[in-house]
Amino acid sequence: MMVLGHDHVRVDGRDKVTGVARYGVEKRPDDALHAWAVRATVARGRVTGIDTEAALATPGVVEVLTWRNAPRLEDADDDELQVLQDDHVAYRGQVVALVVAETLEVAREVASTLDVRYETEPHDVALAIDHPGLYAPEQANAGADTDSARGDVEEGLASSSHVVEAVYETPALFNNPMEPHATVAWWEDGALRMVDSTQGTTPTAQTMATLFGLDEPQVRVTAEHVGGGFGSKGTPKANPVLAAMAAKVTGRPVALAWTRQMMFGLAGYRTPTISRVRLGADADGRLQAISHEAFSQTSRLEEFTEQTAEYVRHMYDSRTALTTHRVTQLDVHTPSWMRAPGECPGAYAIESALDELAHTAGIDPVELRRRNEPEVDPETGAPYSSRQLMACHDRAAELFGWAGRDPRPGVRRDGHWLVGTGVASSSYPAMAAPSGARATALPDGTFRVGVNATDIGTGARTVMLQAAAEELKVEPEQVDLHIADSDLPHGAVAGGSSGSASWGWAVAKACRALRSRMATERVPDEGLEVVVDTAEDLKGRASLARFAYGAQMVEARVDVRTGEVVVPRWVGVFAAGRILNPRTARSQLLGGMTMGLSMALHEEGLLDERFGGWANHDLATYHVAANADVGDLTIEWLPEDDGELGPLRSKGIGEIGIVGAAAAVANAVWHATGVRVRSLPIQPDKLLDRLPG
Amino acid sequence: MTQPPASAFDLTVNGTRHALTVDNRTSLLDLLRERLRLTGTKKGCDHGQCGACTVLVDGRRTNACLTLAVTLDGREVTTVEGLADGDDLHPVQQAFLDHDAFQCGYCTPGQICSAVGALDELAQGWPSHVTDDLTGEVEPSAEEVRERMSGNLCRCGAYAHIVTAVQEAAR
Repeated sequence: MMVLGHDHVRVDGRDKVTGVARYGVEKRPDDALHAWAVRATVARGRVTGIDTEAALATPGVVEVLTWRNAPRLEDADDDELQVLQDDHVAYRGQVVALVVAETLEVAREVASTLDVRYETEPHDVALAIDHPGLYAPEQANAGADTDSARGDVEEGLASSSHVVEAVYETPALFNNPMEPHATVAWWEDGALRMVDSTQGTTPTAQTMATLFGLDEPQVRVTAEHVGGGFGSKGTPKANPVLAAMAAKVTGRPVALAWTRQMMFGLAGYRTPTISRVRLGADADGRLQAISHEAFSQTSRLEEFTEQTAEYVRHMYDSRTALTTHRVTQLDVHTPSWMRAPGECPGAYAIESALDELAHTAGIDPVELRRRNEPEVDPETGAPYSSRQLMACHDRAAELFGWAGRDPRPGVRRDGHWLVGTGVASSSYPAMAAPSGARATALPDGTFRVGVNATDIGTGARTVMLQAAAEELKVEPEQVDLHIADSDLPHGAVAGGSSGSASWGWAVAKACRALRSRMATERVPDEGLEVVVDTAEDLKGRASLARFAYGAQMVEARVDVRTGEVVVPRWVGVFAAGRILNPRTARSQLLGGMTMGLSMALHEEGLLDERFGGWANHDLATYHVAANADVGDLTIEWLPEDDGELGPLRSKGIGEIGIVGAAAAVANAVWHATGVRVRSLPIQPDKLLDRLPG
Repeated sequence: MTQPPASAFDLTVNGTRHALTVDNRTSLLDLLRERLRLTGTKKGCDHGQCGACTVLVDGRRTNACLTLAVTLDGREVTTVEGLADGDDLHPVQQAFLDHDAFQCGYCTPGQICSAVGALDELAQGWPSHVTDDLTGEVEPSAEEVRERMSGNLCRCGAYAHIVTAVQEAAR
């Protein structure tokens, strides 16, 4: 039986194309009330009064929650979740009230007319490389070290033949899954039940249990279908908290969905990043110094430090290296995970700087990367479990036709188009987190497998079914798979490109244990069940550097008349262990690259410094790539058999596609025009008056 | 405050006629999702900017979130739930499934309804921004499909597969 590694149509695909699949608030008790959030219109201060009397007198309004009457919450180690607990306003757009009504129309109208008065204080919302509040956090996101140093980077730079020093910036970016965050909550005999649009029902249930002072088994969260997340649904935001509070106060089920506008401020985002990069190389292009100083913002409520300098630590060899993270607290909402936090903006900076170095040193950019391939992880000294970075570049070069590329910028014209090509590397750690699973053999020869995976569009439901079928040595149709339910054994969050490795490990372990028991035991009427956990297995892993790799090559065309950039051709080649389902894998890589294109050319949160909010906060003014923006994409992956990754032998692929993508585009735009844009997105105004005639 | 004004009207949805009395503020999208409980039509932005709520009104693709329900007296609406013929999927649905033209699936009903409408517009020879010959037949080239499907955002980035699927359904 070979199921994994082969095409398998999404098992929930038919439900999705027929509209049967139910998301978030769509599956709810009939008597559910509707809630609508009211958001602060000042960036800093306190609420001095809310006139709830008129609102409560409106027919259909059931309750208006404010900080005065909302249930008190326990501390769950995330102050963004302490909603309606006091009169303090920490950022523009923070929730200050919740209107609960019989219909959506009433809730919406009353929320929009609720009279909230504030006392305001001066606010500070703009990140700068010299912001006086910048400090060194104890650690960065995902436990990354704040700083690291190897040798004397100043000496390394001083002794280099070629030096590049530049500052690269990425703007605030918003995840914007197509399904806005949404929750339905209700209480049954003191227990909390919730349908939530989340990337992990286990962590959501744990957090809700803490907030509401419950034991974990008293909270059940399910998430049958989730309309995307890209990190924004990886940790609970205020929506499940508010829905649960409203349900508690009203005694009825409550449905709450963010509007698209609320997705710009209540759903996490990628912090703006500033990267000061210095690279030094000897005459042959061998790096003598890498220095990456990264700056980002967080809120006054919670510290989140994007690990922007983490990418380069494990990527290229260098005699000396320095990496630092500095963060400042502003009167803004808390940044959070967005597809490849750290690696994505970090790779944009580093892969752009390498392109500049290649030009300065007169070396082909692919060759420059080859000359700086490390033997072991430069940061840790650990051997790589597998590393096919240059094999990816070589295959991409073949597919793209890289050989013989004219390195000169700004010299190729095709009518009114300037034409250029660019390259960047991609890399993302291959992680796994402890998970549990349950496997049950039934007397009729079929099986039930439960694993708390969440399918946010990745294909996890399909791949876990394949994994179970393969390990049980049966057809997928003989397995009844249950996912996305916190009543299952605990499951890792769908994040960090670690889902399949984490859940798949538990599925494989449970199915293998079940098979070995079936060898000696008869299946009783109630079924034969095993429950496993992988925590100990993960502790026993060798200390290795585990990463997926890729190479992306892009053709960019820039219209000399308008500065418009189009990307007609794009090749991505990846090495990510065993590809578990080629169909869904291709879609994941395609999705990452497409979001990278969007980052390169379109996406930018525009800060309104005067009022402290985002001037653009909808899909008309915050552009994400549309169909016509995407040209021909070629995606391949290399065979890779890495036995150090766990039983599925897979590396994650959800994030790597966006890593390096924006740099590949920026490098191609430079090659086309001779203009180096170091601040994303690359929009026409940054090019137009600098284009060659 | 008094009860909100409401209006009575008839609407046919997926072949079923409904006699409705609805709050005048209700959009077609909320009527479908909240009142008729046809949740296949999705709310992505509620402002006509993402296309997730695309349905067919008298055969034409329409943003349900920008259409007040009470304006549709006597009209016929087709949603994603009304496209298949029993167990037989509509060719566009089948092509989306075959080409993995989605990931999370939340934009998918809108993409599919939009594609059904777009294919009809193509068949009728309607030109688009990228059509060179405004008088002849229009081929469903990749460029035409990309242009015509650009009112439907997909954050999972399935566009390349959507183009393939729509082109296959056009054959």
